[in-house]
Amino acid sequence: MWFDDLKDGFSESVWQEDAAPYLVETNHAARGADLETTVPAERVADAARVMYEAMFSLEAITGMDWIVEGRMELVYDYVQFSSGRRVTVRASVPREAPGLPTVSMIYPGAEWHEREARDFFGFIFIGHPDPTPLLLPEDADFHPLRKDFTG
Amino acid sequence: MSIDDQSIHAETFILNLGPQHPATHGVLRIKLTMDGEYIVDAEPVIGYGHRMHEKMGENRSYAKFLPNASRMDYVGALLNTHCHVAAVERLAGITVPERAEFIRVITAELNRVSSHLLWMGAFLVDLGAFTPLLYTFDDREDILDLLESITGSRLTYCYYRFGGVCNDIDDDFIAGTRSFIERMRSRMPMYHSLVTENIIFRKRCEGIGGVPAETCRRYGATGPVLRGSGVCYDVRRNEPYSVYPLFDFSVPVYPEGDCMARYRVRMDEIVESLRIVEQALERIPAGPVMAEKVPLILKPARGECYFNVEAARGSFGMRIVSDGLDAPYRLKVRSPCFSNFSLFRECVRGTLLADALAFLGSLDLVIPEIDR
Amino acid sequence: MPHDWLWETVRLLLYLVGLIGFAAFNAAYLSLLERKEPAWFQLRRGPTEAGPLGLLQPVADGIKLLGKQLLVQGGADVLLFKIAPVAVVIPSIMCLVLIPFSETMGARDISLGLLAVYSFAAINVLATMLGGWASHNKYSSIAAARVVAQNIAYEIPLLLVIIALVMVTHTFDLREIVAQQAGGFWNWNVLRFGASPLMPLAFLIYFICMLAEANRAPFDMVEAESELIAGAFTEYSGMGFGLFFIAEYVNVVVGSSIGAVLFLGGWHCPFGLLPGLHWFLIKLYLLCFAVIWVRWTFPRTQIYGLLNLSWKVLIPLALAHLIVTAVTVKLV
Repeated sequence: MWFDDLKDGFSESVWQEDAAPYLVETNHAARGADLETTVPAERVADAARVMYEAMFSLEAITGMDWIVEGRMELVYDYVQFSSGRRVTVRASVPREAPGLPTVSMIYPGAEWHEREARDFFGFIFIGHPDPTPLLLPEDADFHPLRKDFTG
Repeated sequence: MSIDDQSIHAETFILNLGPQHPATHGVLRIKLTMDGEYIVDAEPVIGYGHRMHEKMGENRSYAKFLPNASRMDYVGALLNTHCHVAAVERLAGITVPERAEFIRVITAELNRVSSHLLWMGAFLVDLGAFTPLLYTFDDREDILDLLESITGSRLTYCYYRFGGVCNDIDDDFIAGTRSFIERMRSRMPMYHSLVTENIIFRKRCEGIGGVPAETCRRYGATGPVLRGSGVCYDVRRNEPYSVYPLFDFSVPVYPEGDCMARYRVRMDEIVESLRIVEQALERIPAGPVMAEKVPLILKPARGECYFNVEAARGSFGMRIVSDGLDAPYRLKVRSPCFSNFSLFRECVRGTLLADALAFLGSLDLVIPEIDR
Repeated sequence: MPHDWLWETVRLLLYLVGLIGFAAFNAAYLSLLERKEPAWFQLRRGPTEAGPLGLLQPVADGIKLLGKQLLVQGGADVLLFKIAPVAVVIPSIMCLVLIPFSETMGARDISLGLLAVYSFAAINVLATMLGGWASHNKYSSIAAARVVAQNIAYEIPLLLVIIALVMVTHTFDLREIVAQQAGGFWNWNVLRFGASPLMPLAFLIYFICMLAEANRAPFDMVEAESELIAGAFTEYSGMGFGLFFIAEYVNVVVGSSIGAVLFLGGWHCPFGLLPGLHWFLIKLYLLCFAVIWVRWTFPRTQIYGLLNLSWKVLIPLALAHLIVTAVTVKLV
């Protein structure tokens, strides 16, 4: 039921086609999520809106640096308070141009998560209201969690 | 200059609350824009205690990160380490003996009680009442003594291991915990008559620091903040882990969303945690406390998993990515205080300074956990 | 006669020296009581190291405060900043001059003693505000604004209660007021039901207002250490802070003394036996004990809660008391 709702939402807003092939149901006990999906980077805000309307909350945004493949990945963890279901939405951007839209106008809590990802990886969130370092010093121009960071 | 209403209210000033301030409990800074005693805007400035635990996670082996996990939220350290070991176990496919899971639940719930007691004392100091702090510390001392007897430390525990726990509990611990439960239950009426029914305390908490449930969802707030806003979400109940499904406990929920609701949630959680500990002591099976054949140098297969637990302050999660080596490729820490605190700015606008500090106290922030 | 005039001056000077000593002693040992008393409540021991039972702790504190540098931070109004601690402590001691300690003791009796005490007490507020204002610190400025709002709110019920009392006693002379209460506790003003059945309530209002006037918890909005660091005293160091500290305790002593004089029969024994200084001191320190007891039991009120209590509860009650008293005095 909830899966169908999400599928419809994703089909309509994110892929403009049937989303079923992109949605992977996973075992919560083994992966820590019930559903995983990878969306195009420019669609993360649309995906966030689908999740918002399905009464999910954004729990965390995790950055990852896949240096060998030349891309960086963002993982959005959504949780539904009423059921405890978790959905993981992933998006990849090239390392050279790590720009993608912000979701902070949908989930204001994402503002800090995105600032943190910007601190650590150098993601550029287009439309972010306050893209200044959050945890790092305000003059920090390095991104410590990138795999080529040498300290 | 004409003194009309407009010009009076146009005159605001910046009040720099922190990084050192008695009410922020750590190095937290809030840049307040004030109109008299009313708050126009509150911009939190965090990161003073930033230690880059996530980088440390990447450049040391899984086992070496164990002490780090207890140094983020040092008030509820066992709950964090529980998350870490469980995440790694999930990733490496290690099965934990049941006795070890029971011990984990017992110690983690005791830790939750001690964390809530510390919060209660500190919150009342924020409100200007000093005496309850000493009473809660007196009770908390008993928990610390109990935990010290089996874990060896009093605050930053490093007790859980991948595949179990490092020490078995003994009869002294079980007897001591039973008598602590009795004592703590007999103390609760005292706390209620001293604090909960105190008219000044109620005036300062009821209707103050309102957080609607929808705001919690938009900011990802969890734990007592969420349950104090009427949403029944507890990781132990909604996404059961460890042996929590075996126990009978209720999840306290109060719909008001104010400081008093959060206070009541935590007070009830103390009672519920005691119930869990009591049941666990009753039903703890015999057996080993460590899984066999857990390699000393852990190298989980390539993969990724997310694990979260109900820490004292909310949903504490870790996402660990393994590339098959002895150190994680990526270790992400999701701290509850980070999200709980991010709603502060929106909810505090237009309140008085003293109410804002009561609200700040009621969020139960541990700053090193926000900063990581 | 010139001789009498000289003797009176010497007597007054000696009293003044004695009262300054009394004030300093009280400030020192009430601060020790302020630590020992909550220690009993809180299952701990309080200061034990300096002297037997920690009795020399106030001396050690005094030496520490005297040894500290007096810092005047940049941007402060230096003159006002330095005047404020002096201006806060002198009126407190002036109040002591007017208090009749026993039948024979008391520095100066004036027929308008009660009015004079509250005139001096008002200077105290002004000086605290001055200190907060001159500090050039935002926390101190907030505290300065709070102290004015708070004291305006609490002087009204306080003075209403006192006016009602004066209507009963027909005098402002403190010594005369005490003299009227001789003969046992049933003659004390607090139980003078013949004048107004609300007399015990009036005493309660007096006690609450006294806490607020002396900026004591739960009405310590001016210091509010978890909100305003140390409020108006944030920037003061060494004896600058020390004087504010002394003034706070002397204000408690003055407030308790006036309470004992107005309501609890001053130097009279509750059973009409052996009147004297000792009864006065017992009543005084019982009230001081209660003041400290309240501080360590209650959380701090919020500023609007404090103003609501005054304007919506205390002032109507005090007015009711005033009217009842007026009617009774007229009828009887």
